[in-house]
Amino acid sequence: MRVLVAMSGGVDSSVAAALMAEQFGRDAVVGATLKLWGGSSDSGCCSVADVEDARRVADHLGLVHHVFNFSEDFERQVVDPYVVGHAEGRTPNPCIECNRHLKFDRLLERARILGFDAVATGHHARCEVSPDGRFRLRRGADPMKDQSYVLAMLGQGQLARTLFPIGGMTKVEVREVAHRLGLRTADKPDSQDVCFIRSEEGREGFLGARLPLHAGRLVDHATGEHLGTVEAVELVTVGQRRGMGHGRDGRRRFVTAVDVPGRRVSLGPPDAALATGVRLHSLTWVDDAPGPTARAQPASAGEAAIAQCSAHGRPVPSTLDIEGEELSVRFFAPQRRVAPGQTVALYDPDHPDLVIGSGVAA
Amino acid sequence: MRAYLDHASTTPMVPGAVEAMMPYLTGGAGNPSGAHDESRQARRAVDEAREQLASSLAVGPTDLVFTGGGTEADNLAIVGGWEAVAASDSWSGPGPPAMVCSAMEHHAVLNTCRALAHRTGARLTEVPTSKEGIVDLEALGEACTSEVGLVSVMTVNNEVGTVQPIEHVAEVVRNGSPSAVLHTDAVQAVPWIDVRARTAPADLVAISAHKFGGPMGVGALLVRHGVRLHPLVHGGGQERGRRSGTHNVAGIAGMAAALAEIDPVRPETVERVAAQRDRLGDGLMATVTGLTETTARDQKVAGILHLLVAGIESEALVVVLDAAGVAASAGAACSSGAVEASHVLRSMGLGRELAVAGIRLSLGSGTTDADIDHVLSVVPGVVAQLRD
Repeated sequence: MRVLVAMSGGVDSSVAAALMAEQFGRDAVVGATLKLWGGSSDSGCCSVADVEDARRVADHLGLVHHVFNFSEDFERQVVDPYVVGHAEGRTPNPCIECNRHLKFDRLLERARILGFDAVATGHHARCEVSPDGRFRLRRGADPMKDQSYVLAMLGQGQLARTLFPIGGMTKVEVREVAHRLGLRTADKPDSQDVCFIRSEEGREGFLGARLPLHAGRLVDHATGEHLGTVEAVELVTVGQRRGMGHGRDGRRRFVTAVDVPGRRVSLGPPDAALATGVRLHSLTWVDDAPGPTARAQPASAGEAAIAQCSAHGRPVPSTLDIEGEELSVRFFAPQRRVAPGQTVALYDPDHPDLVIGSGVAA
Repeated sequence: MRAYLDHASTTPMVPGAVEAMMPYLTGGAGNPSGAHDESRQARRAVDEAREQLASSLAVGPTDLVFTGGGTEADNLAIVGGWEAVAASDSWSGPGPPAMVCSAMEHHAVLNTCRALAHRTGARLTEVPTSKEGIVDLEALGEACTSEVGLVSVMTVNNEVGTVQPIEHVAEVVRNGSPSAVLHTDAVQAVPWIDVRARTAPADLVAISAHKFGGPMGVGALLVRHGVRLHPLVHGGGQERGRRSGTHNVAGIAGMAAALAEIDPVRPETVERVAAQRDRLGDGLMATVTGLTETTARDQKVAGILHLLVAGIESEALVVVLDAAGVAASAGAACSSGAVEASHVLRSMGLGRELAVAGIRLSLGSGTTDADIDHVLSVVPGVVAQLRD
């Protein structure tokens, strides 16, 4: 078994590499860091400092280490769609698109042609094989760090060649192992936010440099009454509360809709920011040909599922109805509206740790 | 077995260079800028190295500025040369002097020109190259107007190995841009061609010791025709004020010794290495399908074989070759070690598909026939694996 470990320079993937080397031997394991972003960044997967951390950890573990330059693919498949999404009033999740296109497509393919049997990553998620030989994607053991949401678009083909060595550990355990092995990343803080946006420029600075931002009107969602103005409609997200002020009744106002071409942002009280469901497109299923033990896409209308609408969102009991190419998700109880472009991960109601699939909010 | 075929990236030190350095690494201290016997010894080493190098390169001893490597020499030439032109009384242009460089320059030149243009508002023209990898003289002529104050065209390209016609470049520059300083990055040229003759018309010439058997971290800029330079590094005024900082005595001695060792035997080395390179190229073309030799052998230096491997990303090819015991290179590597799509191949008009499919096998004076045999035995299987 030859394993390529994706090493971001963080503690999770450092420990993942160490565990792989322990399990398969250092000659069977190679570390790889992806150069994803050509521009400047604070940290995340892209900076030279992180590449150095990854390389030094690989050296410490006695592993060969390579850097793969996927920056053109990253720009085309992650950054450009992120910018275009905002220009069109959507809020895409770049981490998910990076996983979809870079880590679990480009890197898997690169690993295959280099003769590796699997790619291991430092994600907090578990990949398990069911008795009938199907692969199941399960939440990581640490509920605070679970990353199954950003992996929910994986299917059988990818899971068959993927390992999550630290998925069964808590973050505390990961750091303990890192300390025990003397890894220089043991106390490195977790990465935050979007890796290609520097904190000093922020989302506003990043997008402002790449697309024209337009001022817009704030209006009441029900009456259309003019409530004020906003500097850039492209930077407003459905569900947003910050900067939207309070209504006459003193209650906070939420964004209920963003109309970029019309330069209009609709606001409403908390209950107007709730929705009874969400429509999803770009559907993916962990197992689209399920055996007796794996749960898959709904066979019948109104099948139950649990929806998670953001990286650390609460699981929401729901029902699913396939409608052509789309999926209608009905929440049992009204939830905060899901911004268009956001990914919704779906979990098995009988085994709430198991991912069924995912879709993108229309 | 491992075969090291990345000599254009760096080549092992020659014995004479190591020997020349040892007294200054293991002996006592001695700053060449001091006033005691220890200093005099160090100073003598620098002076002797300077005289030896100057004589080999056919310049006066004061026409040589020691630097911390080829990149620094390029930076000094471009920024220091441009600033001196811009500040001179004879510069009569309406704005800041414009710059011209070839689009296939090493990043040490390209990024320095771009940064300078960005900082000063000077116009920069990057002149394309022919599909053979030679700077387009017609386009160069169009770019070289009287408003141009600095031109930089490399002597030998570091990726595809083509020798640039510096003599013709100089004619074009003198005709169109009489006030311009002409710089040439000769970092890749020293082991393979007669740098004295080939770069003679250029005002500034950058060389780097570790490309010809000397140590890393030392290089020089040749300054001809009394061209003035503004310093990049200010301080104690060493190198006649053009490059301050305590001399790297051992490195400078090693650089001079390396050139003294390789220069007299260059014709024999070139003949031997060219034969090895041709055997490697012929053998690979005969056994691997979809290979193209990027540039013609009679237009490039003996040490470089550059191939386009259809349908394979060179970034992957280099990794598999490494695992199979062959050290090769895929275009320019950035500081993190990632491979970039080659701007050299793009400048030659190749599309993205091919610009990421280039592989450079570069030979050195120490390359053996066994190295060539090893590569010939390994590459067909590696390419087959990647195409599988």
